[in-house]
Amino acid sequence: MTNDAFISVRNVKKMFGSFQAIENISIDIAHGEFFSLLGASGCGKTTLLRMLAGFENPTSGEIYIDGQPMSDVPPHERPVNIVFQNYAIFPHLNVRENIAYGLRKQKLPRAKRNEMVDEMLDLIALPGYGDRKATELSGGQRQRIALARALILRPKVLLLDEPLGALDKQLREQMQLELRALQRTIGITFVFVTHDQEEALTMSDRIAVMQGGKLLQLDTPTGLYETPHNREVASFIGTMNFFDGVVTAESGSDLTIDTKGLGEIVAPKRQTTYGVGDVVQVAIRPEKLQMADAHDPEAAHSVSGFLQNAAYLGERSHFYVTIDGVERPVAVSSQNINGSGTGFDQPRKVWLNWRKDVAVVL
Amino acid sequence: MGDTAASPPDPLLHPKRRRRPLRGLMQRSEAIRAYILMSPTLVVMTLGIVIPFAILITISLWTAQGFGFDTSLTLNNYAQANEQPIYNALLFRSLKMSGLATVATVLLSYPMAYYVAFHVKRNKMMWIVLMTLPFWTSYLLRVFAWKVVLGYEGVINSGLLATGLIDKPLEFLLYSQSAVVITLAHAWAAFAILPLYVSLEKIDRSLLEAATDLGDGPVMRFLRVTLPLSLPGVISASLLIFIPTTGDYITPALLGGPDGTMIGNLIQLQFGPVNNWPMGATLSIILMLWIAGLALVFLFLTQLAKKKLT
Repeated sequence: MTNDAFISVRNVKKMFGSFQAIENISIDIAHGEFFSLLGASGCGKTTLLRMLAGFENPTSGEIYIDGQPMSDVPPHERPVNIVFQNYAIFPHLNVRENIAYGLRKQKLPRAKRNEMVDEMLDLIALPGYGDRKATELSGGQRQRIALARALILRPKVLLLDEPLGALDKQLREQMQLELRALQRTIGITFVFVTHDQEEALTMSDRIAVMQGGKLLQLDTPTGLYETPHNREVASFIGTMNFFDGVVTAESGSDLTIDTKGLGEIVAPKRQTTYGVGDVVQVAIRPEKLQMADAHDPEAAHSVSGFLQNAAYLGERSHFYVTIDGVERPVAVSSQNINGSGTGFDQPRKVWLNWRKDVAVVL
Repeated sequence: MGDTAASPPDPLLHPKRRRRPLRGLMQRSEAIRAYILMSPTLVVMTLGIVIPFAILITISLWTAQGFGFDTSLTLNNYAQANEQPIYNALLFRSLKMSGLATVATVLLSYPMAYYVAFHVKRNKMMWIVLMTLPFWTSYLLRVFAWKVVLGYEGVINSGLLATGLIDKPLEFLLYSQSAVVITLAHAWAAFAILPLYVSLEKIDRSLLEAATDLGDGPVMRFLRVTLPLSLPGVISASLLIFIPTTGDYITPALLGGPDGTMIGNLIQLQFGPVNNWPMGATLSIILMLWIAGLALVFLFLTQLAKKKLT
């Protein structure tokens, strides 16, 4: 456990019968961090969150929150609160009673309690909603009430289980920004579960990508996007072009790789331990490839191909280029900077140029 | 061609609407649609409830004279029912006994319904069927079965005698108010379990987790979330048992003895051997009014309790 870890998940495994939901995961989360658990449904992210909340117990391993082991602490005594996926607003209570629900133990005078609820209502931008019935709220409002209900208890950690999933796109984007701003203001640790990679990239300080109960990579949004550690992460986050190849030379921090279709290319070695003779994959993001009419002598690498089709998306365009020796068409994305389109709208021969450091060896 | 202007409009372009006034009305008014849908029930209810009720009220205003009735309308029966201590005594005893039976049934059924709703993962239907199994035999048989269990030489007494815990049979078991309450509670259990189960099953599990997450231990969580949300089930279970058991006369007749006689037995007597129909009708109506009044008080109290709990 590192010293600044506020939440520490140590070698946690979780079995449901014979099904292994979590395979030996260790994660440290710092105080005040906006931390996301990202993965497709069934990857174990919600199970991990529920273990933090105390609704599930690890089959083995230990979870520490604020230095305390949590195995013997029941959910109602943990310093965490959760915002449920369906918000779980109590239907028999009004908004005020819902938000004040957890304050019972503090035995506050009524006036003080009302004042705290009103503060929360202001914070979530629903002032004057205290006397509304819980059943009269829209999805976005319910989400905010659930948030207020958890935050009023000043938890050390707020857990959020896909809280934006049920909202429509516009509201979701607005809530993403609001949540992030809120987290910065109050400065508590957020653990956020989502299957939406864009959402995770937008909001998080760090993201743990999970698949099949395993932790694939734990990194900053930039790290995940620019230097994925494996093919699963590379293809889960954004779009990625993969090229098969064999390492032919190793020099300092670079690897020379003979790829089918692209020929010999040089790519940074980064954290990989590949040596000469290893079969590897080279991954390049679509927007890192520059499409041009001719070979660019400035670029480190250049390859010719045939533009198959183009899709105009407004702020950018997507292209698919076939290259001899490469099985699948290569995706290329470019911003539409000038006002007259890209000029690449008909099938024809094109060149793709890229810089050395944009290629990732997997 | 002058006649083209007068020719009828093209039927393809302007298909003639057949006028169907009833249909139009149904389309326009939701209330009318609802009444038409309800009409069979309304007819049955009118014929089966409202008319007999009117007849009952009318008879209660008559007076018995020998073998016939004096059909002049008078409230004498009500005054008499109020003055005669036996009527009131039996009425309050009935209300007390069925009240006890209701409380006992709901208290005993709630944990069972709770268990099936929250802890049974598979074969829920089988559990429900098993719990309602007593209901599959006739009411009379169930009452007789309790007679066998509670009787002077019944299961309990002979069991206790055999183990040497008592040296002569317990006499209070049978032909007493407790025998009636026990039998009623058992006989009507299915009416409590089913509504309780439905209301518990409906509760969203994440609400319980939310309550836990917000700091409630199991007891507080039950009092603040589970119980208030299952109150509709508790209310309907209570009413479903209280209303029919108050007027029950089979169980008290067979198991009650002199101490356990209820108002239903008296009413049955009036319509049978005593042949005083007007008094029987009067007692029935008084009983109905009491039940209605108590049900309203009960509903009011549960509303109050709901506010208090939350």
